[in-house]
Amino acid sequence: MKVHLFIPCFVDQLFPQTAVNMTRILQKVGCEVFYNHNQTCCGQPAFNAGYWKESRSVCSKFINDFENAEYIVTPSGSCAGFVRNYYRSLYTNDQKITKKLPGNRLYEFTEFLIQILKVDDVGAVLNGVATYHDACGALRECNIKAGPRQLLSRVKGLKLLEMEENEVCCGFGGTFAVKFEAISTSMSEQKVFNALQTGASYLISTDQSCLMHLEGYIRKYRHPLKILHIADVLASGW
Amino acid sequence: MTHQESDFLTTSRQKAFDLDHRRKMNYSLKQSDMAFQKGKLQFPDLNAARNHANRKKWETIENLGIYLQEFESNFLKAGGKIIWAQTAEQALQAILKICKEKGAKSIVKSKSMVTEEIHLNKFLQNNEVEVIETDLGEYIQQLDGEAPYHIVAPSLHKSKEDVARLFHEKLHTDPELQPEELTLVAREVLRKKYQQAEIGITGANFLLADVGGVVVTENEGNARLSTSFPKTHIVITGIEKVLPSINDLQSFLPLLATFGSGQKVTVYNTIFFGPRTAAEVDGPEEMYIILLDNGRTNILANPEVRESLYCIRCGACLNDCPVYKTIGGHAYGSVYSGPIGSVITPHLRGLAGYKHLSFASTLCGKCTEVCPVRINLHELLLINRRKSVEEGNTNSSENAGWFVWKLTSRNRWMLNVTGGNLKNIVIKKLFKKLWGPHREFPVFARQSFNVIWRKKKTIKS
Repeated sequence: MKVHLFIPCFVDQLFPQTAVNMTRILQKVGCEVFYNHNQTCCGQPAFNAGYWKESRSVCSKFINDFENAEYIVTPSGSCAGFVRNYYRSLYTNDQKITKKLPGNRLYEFTEFLIQILKVDDVGAVLNGVATYHDACGALRECNIKAGPRQLLSRVKGLKLLEMEENEVCCGFGGTFAVKFEAISTSMSEQKVFNALQTGASYLISTDQSCLMHLEGYIRKYRHPLKILHIADVLASGW
Repeated sequence: MTHQESDFLTTSRQKAFDLDHRRKMNYSLKQSDMAFQKGKLQFPDLNAARNHANRKKWETIENLGIYLQEFESNFLKAGGKIIWAQTAEQALQAILKICKEKGAKSIVKSKSMVTEEIHLNKFLQNNEVEVIETDLGEYIQQLDGEAPYHIVAPSLHKSKEDVARLFHEKLHTDPELQPEELTLVAREVLRKKYQQAEIGITGANFLLADVGGVVVTENEGNARLSTSFPKTHIVITGIEKVLPSINDLQSFLPLLATFGSGQKVTVYNTIFFGPRTAAEVDGPEEMYIILLDNGRTNILANPEVRESLYCIRCGACLNDCPVYKTIGGHAYGSVYSGPIGSVITPHLRGLAGYKHLSFASTLCGKCTEVCPVRINLHELLLINRRKSVEEGNTNSSENAGWFVWKLTSRNRWMLNVTGGNLKNIVIKKLFKKLWGPHREFPVFARQSFNVIWRKKKTIKS
């Protein structure tokens, strides 16, 4: 199966290893992986900030960059949810563009493994105890809940413990994190405390944006908790 | 920055790391959630109930004028009086006029967010009319000189010890009193007030167009007492509270009870059909309804945000909002707090002063997920944000920032022009203060994925 990668801007810049890991997994399960190296961002940051004109300009580029891709896979529920659920509102009544919208061709990584490839065991091994954070974009924009847990249950050596309030937002929220820094960090503090309560040493999620924000807090206070994107977990041990 | 925004930032910063506040909020909201999880089991198909309520509200709000007139005509037939108030000031003056006509010196009032919205208590007190809150939570707040902390649970942020201390200070009771004893104290104080008051004021949970009825739902019986002893009953409510028919209550009363307090149905549900008739032995001699606009027609006039008028003020979006839980109700600086407050306040009070509320959300979507009438709350926040930018409520550095973002996102080479090290330095310089003292910065990789791929042309498994 031919698969086109969409590597979100922050993953590209901050966590390239996660993108590398996702690529390795897709190849391992038999996909032919393509990457249009002109790609940048899905346009969500400006959209959420109210700058729809600027957002539309970047979304249009995204639409063109992925015009011919049958399957697009991305390691982010937030970006996938945005493209799927909000692009339409930027191109209301513009039928030339609305029929090209990539939303129904774009999949979050775990969603693609479970729903399209029907794979839940990629042969990963990771020893330790982990807890899983339901990222809002994955959970509420893409309805992803059971899939990542199913994948993690197949990782040899990994024990998954659920934390309190696993569906509560981590407090990142894009520009929210800087506009309302105190609220944002207070929320991350509560999330990290809930994760630590389980005794887990890994905090796993589908979305690196949540994890990036949580890691900032974890590193500052040197908590014994390592953040891992689910692609990083599934690429372990082989 | 407006003073409202700067107050919001100051208070939210204080509350965010106030661990005592966090403990009380977590405790209270956990109780609400446990009750809700149990209560919602009464619906065999909760989503069908929510969809039905949404469609009913859509139909009502799209035909609001028709249903309001139907309500008016039926209520007038029953001998009630209607006052239309476009502004808070008109509503206040109308109430004052009634007080003067009746020579009223004392008023008992049941829980009503609309009376908070128009700051009724302060106004009447300035005009030498005493107003007593009869809902226990509101009574506690009134004793403490505070506005309600939550639409449904006004004193949610106070522990039982806080309340015992407050009663001790204000009513000189034993500081060790338990909740049951404190309730008895309030009951004793309030019973006398019901008997003295010349006027009782209530809000309305629903107005029923087909029968001209006013529905008040409550758990303490205080609204019934507030409307039984006094000779005059004044209802004040927003124009959006109307429902087409008394039959709609079978859908809306259970939804409001469950999403508001986890109950199957609220303890006391009253429908008022006007003042006492010749054949009746009790009830108020006169009944007035004040139908308040106060900015609601701004929302009605805007199809993009109109659905926010579907709100039945159950408070579920507050209970589940992690921002509300973190900063509490007063930080918002508006009568309506939480997600629904952040959606409607900019329209009721002006975008320029209150736009920041629409930005103070992570857009996690929990509010939309839980809303019993399916208001797309987090998407309405996005609409408000867009409107705020369109109307120029921005600053030049933010505009410049998004211009640069657009430029680099349109041109891939710009992202690749420098390596990670320089980006780390620049980002730290730009965002040091904004990122705050509790987090380390994320670190740019030496090479982006894009650069890695271009160099290798592929990734080896």
